[in-house]
Amino acid sequence: MSNATVSTKPVQSSALGRIFSDSATLIKRNLTHIKNNPDQLLSMVLQPVMFMLLFRYVFGGAINTGGTSYVNFLTAGILVQGAAFGATTTALGVATDLQRGIIDRFRSLPMFSSAVLIGHVTADLVRNTVSSAIMIGVGLMVGFRPEANLVEWLMAAGILLLFTFAISWLSAILGLLSKSIEAVQWFSFIAIFPLTFASSAFVPTDGMPAGLRWFAENQPITHVIEALRALLVGTPIDNHGWLAVVWCLGAIAVSVPLTAYLFRRYSK
Amino acid sequence: MPNGNAIIVKGLRKSYGKTEVLKGVDLVVEKGTMLALLGPNGAGKTTVVRILSTLLSHDGGEASVNGYDTATQSNEVRSVIGLTGQYAAVDEYLTGRQNLLMMGRLYRLSAAGARQRAEELLEQFDLVDAANRVVKKYSGGMRRRLDLAISLIATPPIIFLDEPTTGLDPRSRLAMWDVIRKLMDSGATILLTTQYLEEADQLADKIAVIDQGRVIAEGTADELKQKVGSDRLELTMATDADFAKAEKIVSGDNKQTHPKRRVISIATSGGVSGLNAVLSSLENAGVTVETLSLHKPTLDDVFLHLTGHGAEAEEHEPNIEETHV
Ligand SMILES: Nc1ncnc2c1ncn2[C@@H]1O[C@H](COP(=O)(O)OP(=O)(O)OP(=O)(O)O)[C@@H](O)[C@H]1O
Ligand SMILES: [Mg+2]
Repeated sequence: MSNATVSTKPVQSSALGRIFSDSATLIKRNLTHIKNNPDQLLSMVLQPVMFMLLFRYVFGGAINTGGTSYVNFLTAGILVQGAAFGATTTALGVATDLQRGIIDRFRSLPMFSSAVLIGHVTADLVRNTVSSAIMIGVGLMVGFRPEANLVEWLMAAGILLLFTFAISWLSAILGLLSKSIEAVQWFSFIAIFPLTFASSAFVPTDGMPAGLRWFAENQPITHVIEALRALLVGTPIDNHGWLAVVWCLGAIAVSVPLTAYLFRRYSK
Repeated sequence: MPNGNAIIVKGLRKSYGKTEVLKGVDLVVEKGTMLALLGPNGAGKTTVVRILSTLLSHDGGEASVNGYDTATQSNEVRSVIGLTGQYAAVDEYLTGRQNLLMMGRLYRLSAAGARQRAEELLEQFDLVDAANRVVKKYSGGMRRRLDLAISLIATPPIIFLDEPTTGLDPRSRLAMWDVIRKLMDSGATILLTTQYLEEADQLADKIAVIDQGRVIAEGTADELKQKVGSDRLELTMATDADFAKAEKIVSGDNKQTHPKRRVISIATSGGVSGLNAVLSSLENAGVTVETLSLHKPTLDDVFLHLTGHGAEAEEHEPNIEETHV
C-alpha cells in the first residue's frame, strides 16, 4: 500500500528549521479556522461597523471635534477599538486549546511549542487587516475623507498592526491564565471596553472630568489613536507617534517571554 | 521476539497538592508487546500515561520510554510515541483530513509523506466519507477514531491508548479492537488502559492491575486467574424464597450473592464431591435450584479477590460528547 517514492518516516531538521516549519503549520491551522468558521470573522467585522454607524449618525451631531469633521475624527478610534477587540480572539483561541485538550496533543509532539501561540497571533493580524479594510471602506461611504499620502497610509497600517500584535500577545497571557473559556470572554470585555472608551476614540478628552481626562490623555490606546488620526486626517501628532510605538514594543517585549514561560509551565 | 523493554517505570510517585495519586508504581513493557493497565475510576491510569507521554512531571521514581528519560529527554520521548488520550484531542474547527495533515507535519513528516499517511489512515479508520467535514460535526465514535488515527500518523513504535473504547457502542468497540490487534501485529509496543476486564483479557499480553495508585497484581490473564485459585460454582435459585433459604445454607470461599438475580456463587476445588455436598444440602432443605454452572474465574473475580471490591462497581462512562460542550 505504501508508495515507494514517498517517505512516510519523520525527517530530521535543524532547530531553527523546526521553529519555522512548525510556526508555518500552526499559522496555516489558524487561517484555516477563519476559512472554516467565517461566522467569527463576520461578527468581528459587524461590531465596529455598527459602532461606526451609531456614532456617526446618532452621537456625531452632538460632539464638537474642533477643526475636523466627526467622521474624520471617529475613524481612527473605531479602527483601534476594532483591533483591540479583534485581538482578544487570541485569548479565546488559546483558552479553547487549553480547556478542550488539544494542547495535550501538541505537547506530546516533538514540536516547537510556542508555535501554537504564534499561530493564534498571526491569525489575529490577518483578521484585523481584513476587518480594518472593511471598516475603512464603510467609513469612506459615510463621509470619511482621509488626507494621507502613501507613506502616511503605510505608517498608519504599520502602527495598527503593531498595536494588534501587542494586544494579541497580551491576550495570549490572559488565555493562558484563565480557568475557563467564559472567564476569558467577560474579562476581555471588561478590560477592553473601559480602556477604549476612556480614550480619545469617540470624543475629544477636553470635556472629561480632571482625573479621567488625565488618564485618557496619557494611556497607550489614546497615543495609538492620536498617531493614527494624525497620519490619516492631519491632526497634530505631538508625541503620540513615538509614544504609541514605545508602548506597543514594551508590551511585546514583556508578553512574548512571559507567554513562553506560562506555556511551558502549564500542567507541570 | 523479545528484545528488551520499551517502557520501564520504577517507584513512580505523583501527588496533586496533598493527595498522593501514585504511590510507587512499577511497570515494564517488553518491546513489541501490549500491557493493559487495568483499574477502576481514579486508580491513576491516566496519570501514569500522562507522565510517560511527557505531559506531566513526576515527584519521585523513574520513568523511561525507549531508553529515554521522560523528565530529562522529553523531546526524544515525544519522537517515538503516539498518544491517544482519554478525551479526544482533535481540532474541532479543522476537517478530519486537515487534522491529520497538520499533525503529520508536526510529527516531522514531509508534506508528501503526511498526505500519503493521511489518506491511508482515513481509509483504515473508515473516515473517508467524513474527511472533508469539520470535526465539530463528528460523532463521539468518529472523534475517537480520528484521534487514534492522528496518533499513528508517524507510525510511532510506542503507543499509549488511554481507555480507547470507553464511550463506544459495542460495534465500534469491536472495530477498535480489530485496529488495535493490527497495531500489535505490526510490531508496535502498546500500553493500554481500560476499566474493562474483558478488554484486557482479549487484547493484552500482560495485565497490571492498578488500584489507588499502586500496582496490586501483574501477570498474564491466566496467571491472574490462577491467583484466585479455583473454579467457581454459580447457582441460580427458582424463587426469592429459595434464594433466602439457600443464602443461609451455602457456604464456601469467596462467596458472592446477587439477590436480584437470585444467584449465589462460591469458589470450589472443582471436585465432584464438593459439588455433590452443596447440592444435596440444598435438596434436603427443599430449595429448588433453577440453573447451575461451573466456570473458570474471570478477571472480575480476580479483581474482587485482590481488592475486596468489584472493578466496575462504580460503572461510569464519561460521555465523549459531553467533554466538548
Ligand atoms: N489535575 C488534578 N488535580 C488534582 N487531582 C487530580 C488531577 N488529575 C487527577 N487527579 C486525581 O488523581 C487520581 C487519579 O486520577 P487518574 O485520572 O489518573 O485516574 P484514572 O485511573 O485515569 O481514572 P478514570 O478511569 O476515571 O479515567 C484521582 O483521584 C483524581 O481525582
Ligand atoms: Mg483516566
